[in-house]
Amino acid sequence: MVVSEAPRIVTSRIGFEDSHTLVRYLDTGGYTGLRKALTMTPEAVAAEVDGASLLGRGGAGFPAGRKWSMLRKGPIPYLVVNGDESEPATFKDHLLLEKDPHQLVEGVVIAAYALQVARVFIYIRGEFALGLERVQAALNEAYAQGAVGRDIFGSGFSVDIVVHPGAGAYICGEETALLESLEGKRGYPRIKPPYFPAAIGLYGEPTVVNNVETMSNLPWIITNGAAAFTALGEGRSTGTRLFALAGQVRNPGVYEVEMVKTTFRDLIYAPVLGGGVLHGRELKAVIPGGVSAPWIGPAQLDTPLGQDEVAALDTMLGSGSIVVMDETTCMVRAAWRITRFFWRESCGQCTPCREGSGWLEKILRRIEDGVGREADLDLLMDTCDNLAPGVSWPPQQTTICVLGPSIPSSIASAIRMFRDDFLVHIKEGGCPHG
Amino acid sequence: MSHLSAETLGRARDLVALYPHRRSALIPLCHLAQEQDGWLRPEAMEEIAGLVGVTPAEVLGTASFYDMLHTEPVGTYVVAVCTNIACMLRGAYELLEHAEDHLGVRAGQTTADGVFTLEDAECLADCGRAPCLQVNHRFFGDVTPEGFETLVADLRRGALDGEVPHHGTLLRVRRTGGLQVEPSRVEAERAASAGAAAGRANQGGKG
Repeated sequence: MVVSEAPRIVTSRIGFEDSHTLVRYLDTGGYTGLRKALTMTPEAVAAEVDGASLLGRGGAGFPAGRKWSMLRKGPIPYLVVNGDESEPATFKDHLLLEKDPHQLVEGVVIAAYALQVARVFIYIRGEFALGLERVQAALNEAYAQGAVGRDIFGSGFSVDIVVHPGAGAYICGEETALLESLEGKRGYPRIKPPYFPAAIGLYGEPTVVNNVETMSNLPWIITNGAAAFTALGEGRSTGTRLFALAGQVRNPGVYEVEMVKTTFRDLIYAPVLGGGVLHGRELKAVIPGGVSAPWIGPAQLDTPLGQDEVAALDTMLGSGSIVVMDETTCMVRAAWRITRFFWRESCGQCTPCREGSGWLEKILRRIEDGVGREADLDLLMDTCDNLAPGVSWPPQQTTICVLGPSIPSSIASAIRMFRDDFLVHIKEGGCPHG
Repeated sequence: MSHLSAETLGRARDLVALYPHRRSALIPLCHLAQEQDGWLRPEAMEEIAGLVGVTPAEVLGTASFYDMLHTEPVGTYVVAVCTNIACMLRGAYELLEHAEDHLGVRAGQTTADGVFTLEDAECLADCGRAPCLQVNHRFFGDVTPEGFETLVADLRRGALDGEVPHHGTLLRVRRTGGLQVEPSRVEAERAASAGAAAGRANQGGKG
């Protein structure tokens, strides 16, 4: 098992106790990317990002450069940074916000310059109190340093950045819901089309929405050039990526690894990474890419961690979260808990999601409690089919946003991969795992 | 007579001025009110409504959507135990049950002395230290049942007052350097987006 020796692009500083301070940031090359960007034309900065083929790190994996180019034909009033990280078992932006807020700020100013945006809102999940404080403190330092605000580093370019706290709602990670929330409303996703806030975004104006990790890559890309970035990874998946490894592994945590050059097996078992399954047990299944993603089994562990490579397994790299479940895991319980999450977080606008999530949660709960019926398996799949016709991947849409049609992923995975787990519960009238 | 204190009101007005549209400050203002009162009181929502230009019902209707905004009183410490998948795989339900026994309440309830509100939370994004919990939105990771008892004892005797502020306090770091946004730009932005909205209305709501 070989772990590639790629440079750490976004986590180079996190080992320092004071990684969040301006002093440490400047000591480790901070704000040189921005200074360089300001000597280039905005178009050249945008072209560099486009050339890096930086795929958005939020979950959808849309190329950041292309997202920008949809807009650059006219003035763009707003850039919004999505720091509402709430996909279960995803905790990479949490790390970047707390440990390297200046890197985020620098990336945001670079993006604002490329897009010629004068106004940025960084929307941060409300539960990240420390992250909110760290980003605000970094902004205060950056304003004082002349890296944000009026006439940045004497370049004539000005931008204001406002930190905006969320208040606890998973759905606000969906970008149109986030914009509604930022407008002071309930986080209801907006009806599509328009598919992108590029057309109608914040206050009805063209808006770019980018993820925290995406922004945090920009200082390195501008400093080292797009070619250095595309030299890492393979195919469409360039650079490195943060993976949040959780569940039953010895060393859960956030790991920055080179795209495609690392496999699920490397990440989970390499001694310098996951260190293997907890207590040396056997691996039963893995949830790649957040709980909206279909699961994979032990036979698929040699798949490289790349966008297209994982998509070929009919699942996704998504938010970069990887959850390991070992041989002792009750798959009925796992599917139930994930479904319970969606039920609690459904915004309630669309019937299939609002009602379907509750039905599914109740049926799974009764199977787990030992009072399920064999017909319940068909009922589960039938209900899933109402949410996402065909229960295929990527799911067919029946609702305003992707939350509802994502619910069947874990249920269908659990039933298809571990049907016997369900049957044992039903026949024995209880959970064999206690 | 204002329910919000002069200090809270001053901070509230500074926040409102950060946005092209006042309503955007609604949620930050709800956080401020919670910082003052520990929860979101009706009197506070009424004043927030006035500050951002909506009705009190719209403030309640918005606030009630969000888990962190409490429109009923809560304890001094809101203890949110994550039970989502990553924490569940590492003993979160055992931890929650222990917390319920130790505090003598069920998840969703507040202890009789008003000190602790216990919550069964969704993923808090600290899965590298599962099972995790938050107290007033400050993280504690790798929490064992014994560790939970120590945490509760420490909170009771005030040993964690520096780390864990009053419920509702989000940012203890204030935005400094004054407002960086020129008022003339705010006016221009408001006019532009009002124009854009009018343009869409003229297209018969398409777009």
